[in-house]
Amino acid sequence: MLFFSFFKTLTNQTVTIELKNDIRIRGILKSVDQYLNIKLDDIEVLDLAKYPHLSSVKNMFIRGSVVRYVMLPRSEVDVGLLEDATRREAANQAGKAR
Amino acid sequence: MERLSLNESPAPAPRTLQQNQQFSQNALGPAGPQPTGGPPQLPPQMFTTAAQLLDLTDKKLVLILRDGRKLIGVLRSWDQFANLVFQDTVERVYAGQLFADVSRGIFIVRGENVLLLGEVDLDREDDIPPTLTRAPFEEVFELKKKEDAKRKTGDKKRYDELQALGFEPEHSGEILF
Repeated sequence: MLFFSFFKTLTNQTVTIELKNDIRIRGILKSVDQYLNIKLDDIEVLDLAKYPHLSSVKNMFIRGSVVRYVMLPRSEVDVGLLEDATRREAANQAGKAR
Repeated sequence: MERLSLNESPAPAPRTLQQNQQFSQNALGPAGPQPTGGPPQLPPQMFTTAAQLLDLTDKKLVLILRDGRKLIGVLRSWDQFANLVFQDTVERVYAGQLFADVSRGIFIVRGENVLLLGEVDLDREDDIPPTLTRAPFEEVFELKKKEDAKRKTGDKKRYDELQALGFEPEHSGEILF
């Protein structure tokens, strides 16, 4: 659940999402759920000419399983904090496995 | 809709809560009064699939499926896996600079096949990009068949080359475009 919490802290930030079929979409992250499904508002499709069917879309729901990358604003990510949290989670998982 | 809950809350509560607080400069953790006096918190129900789909219900949406099909219709029902029911669905087929609409009726879509759902801006839906022209279905369909065949051979070639180099194709076994 760590990345779920992490994405929750990024709501209302502008992010760019690349899907597994190469579509890239920039928009305001409105919400995220436990599957990392993502809702974007005020979207802008990069390379719209290739994806004309998205020309009249203003906000979208993206299924988490088809996301390849999420590009985040650098200033909004505390890498140190995230590292710590990741290691703590990994340690917890390892503790549980034993 | 009455029993929305995140599975994060009950069982592993101590740890997740702690995490939420670590991320809590502008975190959107549990609802209710916050002892920390941080910014107002959104209720955790905001972060469920159900909540995300609820405000798309009964709206005109573009649904893109994993096999590349584009369906336009009204979302009538859904569940937590993003299984969907679409009404008055029209499939829009694109090929080259042409497109065509085919009436399809009601769809029940299994969630795993959903790529994305986009809300159609009703003010802009008739602004079709000037490069595109509507054409008879048969014509578009023929062109699309040719395009698909061409892409298939191209993809296969690329995959074979990648595999020879020891790479596993990214979405092998899945049709995704």
